[in-house]
Formats: sequence, C-alpha cells, structure tokens
Amino acid sequence: MDALSLLSFAAFFLTFASFFSLTCLGLNMQWGFTGLFNVGVVGFFAVGAYTSAILTGPAYPDTLFGGFGLPVPIGYLGAIVTSAIAAFVVGFVTLRLREDFLAISTFGIAVTIQLLALNLQSVTRGPNGLYSLPKPLSGLSESNLVDNLLYLGICVLCIGAVYWAFEQMVRSPWGRVLRAIREDEQAAAALGKNVFAYRLQAFVVGCAVMGLAGALYANFVGFISPQDFLPIVTFQVYVMLIVGGSGNNLGAILGGVVVWALWSGSGAVIAAVLPPDFQTQAAAVRIVLIGLVLALMLLYRPAGILRERHIVSREARMSPQSRPTR
Amino acid sequence: MLKVVELSKDFGGLHAVNGVSFEVGEGTITGLIGPNGAGKTTTFNLLAGAFPPTGGQILFDGHDVTNLRDFEIFRLGLVRTFQIPRPFAEMTVLENLMTVPQRQLGERFWNNWLRGGAVRNQEHQIREQAIEILEFLGLFHLGDAPANQLSGGQLKLLELGRALMSEPKMILLDEPGAGINPTLLGEIVDHIADLNKRGITFLIIEHNMDLVMSLCEPILVMADGALLTQGTADEVQRDPRVLDAFLGGTPA
Ligand SMILES: Nc1ncnc2c1ncn2[C@@H]1O[C@H](COP(=O)(O)OP(=O)(O)OP(=O)(O)O)[C@@H](O)[C@H]1O
Ligand SMILES: [Mg+2]
Repeated sequence: MDALSLLSFAAFFLTFASFFSLTCLGLNMQWGFTGLFNVGVVGFFAVGAYTSAILTGPAYPDTLFGGFGLPVPIGYLGAIVTSAIAAFVVGFVTLRLREDFLAISTFGIAVTIQLLALNLQSVTRGPNGLYSLPKPLSGLSESNLVDNLLYLGICVLCIGAVYWAFEQMVRSPWGRVLRAIREDEQAAAALGKNVFAYRLQAFVVGCAVMGLAGALYANFVGFISPQDFLPIVTFQVYVMLIVGGSGNNLGAILGGVVVWALWSGSGAVIAAVLPPDFQTQAAAVRIVLIGLVLALMLLYRPAGILRERHIVSREARMSPQSRPTR
Repeated sequence: MLKVVELSKDFGGLHAVNGVSFEVGEGTITGLIGPNGAGKTTTFNLLAGAFPPTGGQILFDGHDVTNLRDFEIFRLGLVRTFQIPRPFAEMTVLENLMTVPQRQLGERFWNNWLRGGAVRNQEHQIREQAIEILEFLGLFHLGDAPANQLSGGQLKLLELGRALMSEPKMILLDEPGAGINPTLLGEIVDHIADLNKRGITFLIIEHNMDLVMSLCEPILVMADGALLTQGTADEVQRDPRVLDAFLGGTPA
C-alpha cells in the first residue's frame, strides 16, 4: 500500500470512528454520568440521520415529503433538534417511572423508529433508503481523498466542540448533581434535587448528540436505509463506552476509535481467514469477538482504559494549591 | 413550626404509623423515642416526603406539605438525615457536602458555559462552608477521600454534615448518635444546642437516653405506630406506660 492510499484509508477509518465516538459521548452523558440505561441509542442516531437526509437530500420521484435540498449545516442542526424533541417526549413519559421502564421503553422506541423507517415509504423510501445525500465541502476539490479529509475535519470539529461543552457542563455543580443521582437517587432528592429534571436534561442533551452523529453519518455515506440502524449498534456503543471508560469523556472518544478498529479489523481478518463457505457466519463471529473483548475488559479493567475522575467538579478539592489553574 | 394531624401509613396490612398527632414548637429540640419498630423512621419518611401518607395531614412553617415531594419539602427548609447512611458513595466527602446547597448557579448547565467566573466564585464560597463543617466534624483529613472509604460512624457524621450544609429551618435527625464515640458525641450534642440557639429547630430520634434526656424537650414517645405520650424528660421517665413499651409489653 502506498502512502496515499494509506492516508485515504486512515481518513475513512477515522471518520467512521468519529461517528461512534460522538455517539459514545452522548451515551456517556446518560449512562456514564447519570446512570440512565438508554437501550435505544441507535433510534436517536437514526432520527438524526433521517432528519438530515430529508432536509438536505434531493427530491425523489417516489416520496411525498422531503427533498428540501437545504444546506448540510441545516441538516445537522435539524438533526440535533428532532432527536432532542424525540428524547424529550420519551424522557418526559418514562424518566419519572421506575428505572427499568427507561430501558424497556427506549428499546421499544428504537425498534419503532426502525419500523417507521421501513414502512413509511412515502418519506423514507422504506428498505430502498434515501440516496444521493450531499456531502459538504465536496465541491472544493476533485479528489476523493481531499473530500474525506475535509469531512474528517468537520467530524473532529464536532467532537471537539461537544467535548468542550460536555466538560464544562459536567465538571461543575451540575455534573455533581448528576453523579449524586447516579449514586443515590433518593438521597439526592432528600437534599432538594429535582431528580426528574436533571435526568431529563442529561437524557435530552445526550440524545441530541447521538442525533448529530447520525446526521454526520448520513451525509458522509450519502445513502441510508433502515438496516443501518439495527439494535446491534446500541450494543457496540455500550462496548465502546465501557472499554474507553464510562464516566470519562476522553475515554468515550477513545473507546469509539479503539473498538471500531477492533470491529473493522476483525472483519478483515475473518474475511481473510475463514473459508468461503463460512463467510456468512462472519458477522456472528465478530459479535462474539466483541463480546469477548467486553468480558475481558470487565474482568481486568472494569473502569475502562481511562477511568472516571475521582472528583467530578473542578473546584471541589481540599487544598486550593493543587487545584488546576483553569 | 411543624404540626402533624392524625398521620397514618400502612404497609400492606401493617399499620406502621397509626393516627399520630403532635406539634414541634419553633426553636425546640424535640425528642422522638420508642422501641424498635415503633414507627419513628416511618414518621420521618412521611415528614420528609419520601412517600405519601395513607392518611392525615402535615403542616410545616405555615405550608401544607402533606403531598409534597421530598425535594420540595427540602426547599421549604426541612432537611432530614437517614438512619442508615446514604452517602454518594463514589463521590468525595467534600463533594458530598458541596452538592447540598440550593440554587447553585452552576446547577444550571448553561451557566457553566456562559458565567464560568461567577460559578467559580460561588464554588469557592461553598467549599469554604463545607470545609468549616468538615473541620467541626473531624472529617477534614478525609475531604478528598471517596465516601465509600468511611467507617460507619464517619458516615453518620457525613449525614449530619450534609444536613448542616443546607442552612435549614428544621432538621430531622435519625439516630445521630449511633456508632459515634462518646467524646465526639458530646461535641455533637453541644453543636446541636448551639445551632438550636441560632434558630434551627430539631426533631431527633435517638435510643441513647442520656443524649435524649439531656438535650430534648419535649420528648415524644411512640410505640406500635401510635403516640404513647409526650412531656418533659422527667414526666416521660416517670410514666409507667413508657417503661412497659420499652420492655416489650403492648400498651392496652
Ligand atoms: N418500606 C417499608 N415497607 C414495609 N414495611 C416497612 C417499611 N418501612 C418500615 N416498615 C415497617 O414498619 C414498622 C416501623 O418501622 P420503622 O423503621 O418506622 O421503626 P423505627 O421506630 O424507626 O425502629 P428502629 O428504632 O428500629 O429504627 C416496622 O415493623 C417495619 O418493618
Ligand atoms: Mg428507625
């Protein structure tokens, strides 16, 4: 492989990893910091992807709604808004109830969203999917490599912005309350914290970021269909978060990259090693491999590659001298 | 300050609290005693809004709080501690305390983007306040330790510390003395008396009779979910029904 194709491969790989890293950041806000068990990650990712596809995509001969052909940034913003609204509705109904209700209902929502994508043909074109989605900045150059590098730049920028915003939010009194709720909801309520309101905030913010990740994915790949949004994605993202370090934003980003490398690498190895007759089982072998990684991680390094900070909020350290300066 | 009328709580068929009425006067340190299983902690749970009562009414500081939620009651100035400590286990002792104050600027997440300086200043004030309390409770050296490393007695102190952080009108203490060494207990008693002089009303559940008799007036006695009697330390001690209840006899 020459240097150029290596670079091209790296850009492609990292761009895909960044969709996962971003989704992982969103889940970290919910599961890592607040202890919310969202089992419908892929559903909110899909809402974002379809929103951007409908807003930015071309008019198709066989749809009744969509084809607005709007600029891609508007697609991204729209994705954030719709996934946040979806999260607000789901969260408002379920976050007051017992904890397991959130898991059950988010799982149900993800399945429902996938079914909607399959059956709402006049909007989503069902299993045929939405195609020819525009990729931003791709008009600047003829080269596919430059396109991909520019897109990677957009993704890195988004991750950087979300990382900064999340760190500000979490390493603060707000983040302290989230962790208190995660640790003991009843004690937090007895100390005057409106547990429902905080959980709803964390849930909506996290889902909005998942929606953005979905939109970035849709406009990069240029084609989405319901089978991109299977429940296995939610499982992958949890593995990424646990491997990277639940409760640590850098860990969430890192987990996305590491596990995506394992996932795509194992795909290549399996394709090379398994005899042709067994290639159909390759997907199952991969899932087993990822499950194995998860199990080993839980056994030997349960806190993940980067463990969560011992002290959540910036200013809560006994000796002011050892406080970080910023 | 606090008025309870015909308060009841059933758990299935069990009448854990059964038509209890009493008042806690403003500025008092009222004691609540009774044998194990008398319904004292359940009464606290009702007062603090952990769950709604089956019947009756609770008035606090002029508000009907009968059906308010726990966090709403806290905001009116009524804070409780737990008999079995409920620390935020994976948070440091200092952060356990700093979580408590109400209406912190930084509890609105957008303020951490937009008003970082103001949040930081408030954080420093809250930290000073928390460190003072840690010093008083002898937990200063443990400030940066996670709460799950504390001993049982230290956890009771942490409960008390969190309650003090809230600057409440009234504090409900559920067995503050359990597991605390006598010297420190003496100091805590002094501190409660001191806080009381500064205007905080107390309602204290305690099995340590020395503590109750020296600190509390009046004293309420519960048995089998009902209020048996109330009065000064002397009156209660002389009441034969109280002795009966504690020795296991069921009041007629
Ligand atoms: N959540 C609950 N569900 C069912 N029963 C309960 C519950 N909480 C308390 N009880 C029962 O209510 C009765 C009163 O319990 P409570 O904890 O109020 O006693 P207490 O006076 O605080 O006793 P102790 O001095 O031992 O702490 C007990 O019989 C107890 O088993
Ligand atoms: Mg009790």
